[in-house]
Amino acid sequence: MSQNLHPGLNLGASHGDAHQQSELSVFGFWVFLMSDLITFGVLFATYAASSTPIAMAGGPGPAALFDLTSTGMQTAFLLASSLTCGMASLALKYREGPRRIALWLAVTALLGAGFLALELRDFADMIAKGATPMRSGWLSSLYALVGLHGLHITAGLVWIVVLLLLIWRRGVTDLIKTRLLIFALYWHFLDLVWIGIFSVVFLRGLA
Amino acid sequence: MRRLSVLTILLIAASPAFSQGFLTPLGPVAEDQRAHLIRVTAVTMIAIVPVLIGVPLILWRYRRGRGAAYRPGFEFSLPLEITMWGVPTAIIIVLGGWLWQSTHKLDPYRPLGPDPLQVQVIGLNWKWLFLYPDQNVASIGTLVIPEGQPVQLKLTTDTVMQSFMVPALAGQIYAMPGMVTDLNLMANAEGEATGRNTQFNGVGFADQSIAVRAVDDAGWQAWVEGAGNAPALDSASYAQLGRRGSASDAASALDLPDSRMRLSEPDLFHQVVSSYHDGQPIAPDQQPGAPGYQPEAMK
Amino acid sequence: MKLLGNLNWDVTPFSDAINDPSTNTFVAAGAASLVIIGAVSVLILLTWFRLWRPLWRDWLTSADHKRIGVMYIVLALVMLARGVAEGAVMRGHQAMALNGGPLSADHFSELFSTHGTIMILFVAMPLVTGLINIVVPLQIGARDMAFPVMNQVSLGLTAAGAALIMVSLVIGRFETGGWTAYPPYTGKVFSPGEGPDYWIWSVVPAGLGSMLSGINFAVTIYKCRAPGMTYMRMPLFTWTALCTAIMMIYAMPPVTVSSLMLALDRYAGFHFFSNDLGGNMMNYANIFWMFGHPEVYILVLPAYGVWSEVAATFSAKQLYGYVSLVTATMSIAVISFTVWLHHFFTMGQSASVNIAFGIATMIIAVPTGVKVYDWMATLWRGRIRMTVPVIYLTGFFILFVIGGLTGVILANPTIDYQVHNTLFLVAHFHNVLIPGVLFGMLAGIHYWFPKVFGFRLDETWGARAAGLWVVGFCLTFLPLYVLGLMGMPRRSPSFTDPAYLPMEYLAAFGAVVILGALAATFTTYIVSIRHRKWLAVPLGDPWDGRTLEWATPAPVPEWNFAVIPEVSSRDAFALEKEGGTPYAPVSRYADITLPRRTTMGLTVCVATTGTGFALVWHIWWLVILCFTGLLLTMIARAFATNTEQIIPAAEVARQHRRWLDAIAQNTGITRDAECTSANRGLAAPDEVIR
Repeated sequence: MSQNLHPGLNLGASHGDAHQQSELSVFGFWVFLMSDLITFGVLFATYAASSTPIAMAGGPGPAALFDLTSTGMQTAFLLASSLTCGMASLALKYREGPRRIALWLAVTALLGAGFLALELRDFADMIAKGATPMRSGWLSSLYALVGLHGLHITAGLVWIVVLLLLIWRRGVTDLIKTRLLIFALYWHFLDLVWIGIFSVVFLRGLA
Repeated sequence: MRRLSVLTILLIAASPAFSQGFLTPLGPVAEDQRAHLIRVTAVTMIAIVPVLIGVPLILWRYRRGRGAAYRPGFEFSLPLEITMWGVPTAIIIVLGGWLWQSTHKLDPYRPLGPDPLQVQVIGLNWKWLFLYPDQNVASIGTLVIPEGQPVQLKLTTDTVMQSFMVPALAGQIYAMPGMVTDLNLMANAEGEATGRNTQFNGVGFADQSIAVRAVDDAGWQAWVEGAGNAPALDSASYAQLGRRGSASDAASALDLPDSRMRLSEPDLFHQVVSSYHDGQPIAPDQQPGAPGYQPEAMK
Repeated sequence: MKLLGNLNWDVTPFSDAINDPSTNTFVAAGAASLVIIGAVSVLILLTWFRLWRPLWRDWLTSADHKRIGVMYIVLALVMLARGVAEGAVMRGHQAMALNGGPLSADHFSELFSTHGTIMILFVAMPLVTGLINIVVPLQIGARDMAFPVMNQVSLGLTAAGAALIMVSLVIGRFETGGWTAYPPYTGKVFSPGEGPDYWIWSVVPAGLGSMLSGINFAVTIYKCRAPGMTYMRMPLFTWTALCTAIMMIYAMPPVTVSSLMLALDRYAGFHFFSNDLGGNMMNYANIFWMFGHPEVYILVLPAYGVWSEVAATFSAKQLYGYVSLVTATMSIAVISFTVWLHHFFTMGQSASVNIAFGIATMIIAVPTGVKVYDWMATLWRGRIRMTVPVIYLTGFFILFVIGGLTGVILANPTIDYQVHNTLFLVAHFHNVLIPGVLFGMLAGIHYWFPKVFGFRLDETWGARAAGLWVVGFCLTFLPLYVLGLMGMPRRSPSFTDPAYLPMEYLAAFGAVVILGALAATFTTYIVSIRHRKWLAVPLGDPWDGRTLEWATPAPVPEWNFAVIPEVSSRDAFALEKEGGTPYAPVSRYADITLPRRTTMGLTVCVATTGTGFALVWHIWWLVILCFTGLLLTMIARAFATNTEQIIPAAEVARQHRRWLDAIAQNTGITRDAECTSANRGLAAPDEVIR
């Protein structure tokens, strides 16, 4: 049996059964992420197709709405949370104990919540300026793309809470090890999607 | 085989049942489309006839109990593989070349000659409105064109997406609100044909037909001049056309003697297209063709 | 706030029939009554025969891939009955539709919209998903799917979509813009009613369910193969299932997204596809067909898999051109993602774009043609038995190439300009979907039915059904080609040209034959259940099969294989039989771990149906209730313990040895006695003639 059962972080033989058992689930989740990427891809394409004066329908455009300071901070929050999520994975791999894992997860959740708070504040600002998703086709596609990512982050936060509860109740069992691996994939994936959004939507929008 | 299939298609096409389809063409585009159909069918037959003949033969010859040759281990043959992949590939190369050439040649955006007659087409629920900006004529549900002269249609709709089709002349193209598509066509001879919308757009869909007439020069002049005395098509009467109903419903609502109106606003087509781009929302009661449309409430 | 949202007493077809008695409203009320009578009689029968307990224990809560597969197929057959009935009503209406017709235009458009949606998403998809579910783990030597509970959830989501479509027959009206639901026609401005909402909330769960199924199939095939089952040893059906799974993973998200975007337009006033404020309906067409085109190959590839198995088994030969078939399957799967634009050559893009997509479309004809020739070469110099699957295969050969011909014709933008949106197109896609997908699935059901239930299907009734399907198809759909060439548009509630009438009459007669075919299909199942003792094949190999699934008892035990087989070649079971070493005794049995029963799928199904229904009627409290329930169910699952059951080795050994003993006491039959009661599922070799 080779060392690497699936792409990404493997637990290694010292984790016994968990190392083998996670193969199916982690691989399956990779496949799901590829599918989810298509979902985002469709929305990216819609956004690109809607980045025209016609689709903006005389409404506010990127220059009037985007705040690079805020989105830059969101990016920083999310990148940092990816780092702490990675620390949680390392704590798992090197058996640093449930407390350490839970701590890194909690920090990840806080950073994620910070990202979400900033994003919601941006949305509120935009709506205050009259830039609701009902204003133009371009705004509809903007809210859909960024909002879908935000929904994913929200789901991730719920997921962290569930993981923390499970670790608290049951400790780091084989099953929870697998779930931690999967969650890490999910979180890094969202980071990657955000980099896409930040570049394609915000940076290009102001370029 | 090829000759046979060509013959079959021509025989079928000659029957009066096809008088409205493109198998009885009235113009050069539909003629080419028919020719293309025939040659594509004929060449594809090379790949299909072996199946149609071979399958019954094999099933009969190698049925169990007949004692014909039995080769249970036969699972590969290089010459056979080359034929199986090669023949269809060759056919597709030939067809692909033809496709390339005919798609360019029959591109609906390509004018069929210099200085084509300009006709603007607005799709409404459930009728077509034809505007002749150079002649100041409008016509509801009837398209009259001079024979032998290229015609360029510019199409849009003032409701949902529709598809404009006159099989005997040139096939179809979509028309969409706020957008303009082109269709170039020409009639070789005097004649009549039927056109339609083919994109389902509600309960009146089946009524949305077009009477197409290709007429000679004298007929064309007379038709254009006759419109001079017809009621005017301005924004008020246009608003009436936006109501749901067939061409004849509209003609009787506007009290028209025939399909013709006098086009008093030469810019109407562009107004209709740009009405979707003015940055203002269109309320359901101001959207022509919508069930809640109430032109009286406008502006 | 209204407690029941937009619901009131006037939304049922019964109130329509009372307020406005006419043929039109009576047809609608009759259909609604059929749904209610059908549902009530199922409930009564279940109670009468005391089947609630087995239904609950063995089916609704089972995570066994075979039972989930059977439930998919039962769902598909129920929906097929409705879809065929709707088709027949439409053909009947159109035959009388010169300047009118018995049904109203609105009613007719609901019919073609539900017919299309049902046939693609709730007949063809569940048939394919069901068959893959049943067959793939058996063919690759796995105990179950990779994710058995997710499998149940997929079924639950699909069933929720189907349930909502059924509800739309009784409460309210369905969408009227066809199965593609193109906006802006389906937007709030032009379709203010509940119709498009029914469509959206049927399609979204079905799309999600299929995407999850795709993940499940792909992971199962990648990761759960028996030792030695390398990719190039996998049976062809498994190969096609793999390609279909990959396509489901990538092609289902677009339709989910486009439907949800349409929902945002309708519910929240977004402007994705609206006429005003920068909406763009062309985006919808693109996204929808990014799903829609791969979808046809999602459906037809597994049918190709069935033909590969059927052709080899019933001609008692090795499959010809395995590598070619695998290559062709993969090529089709890949190219099918690059052709979506041919669904709207007429949207006004440049000639060069049309050429690129036209040629890509034609290229698919090459691997498809190769497949057809490969199956012919498989039959060549075989010993062909004309069983029911082979009758379907014959019908497929002859009719599918006609569909292929018209496909190549339609791939030419210049011709498409003339026949797009006409009955020619309708004839073409029925021509590929009925002889391609439906015949394939019916043949597959006939072929694998004994594996699942332990008895064969009646050959006489099966052959009658197959014959009627073939004849019915020809009579119904070949005339539509002619009508299309005459210029008759699809979706026409009425017409004015009497020249259409002869072909319309022929097609209507064909629809009656198809109704007969449907009846014969159901009769086959009923007759076979009655004669199940006579048809029993408990030893598990009724057709002298070649692949792993036939090396198990029929019905297959829940754990599929007493010990996971070791595979050393393609057609492993056939080679063992040739070498005289099948059914080797097992020295050591081990405990087997299987998923425990769970109500997860059922809960998801109920909560999703509830959410969808509440969304359609704007009953917001119910939306919140059901959706929260859905989320909590999923979160609660994370805390579930004790999700597995263990079958003791002794039990496995007892059942397996009993089966081996029965085989040892049976002499087997040659293929001459295949369709007689002597066939108990043990194959004896023919005297060797080479």
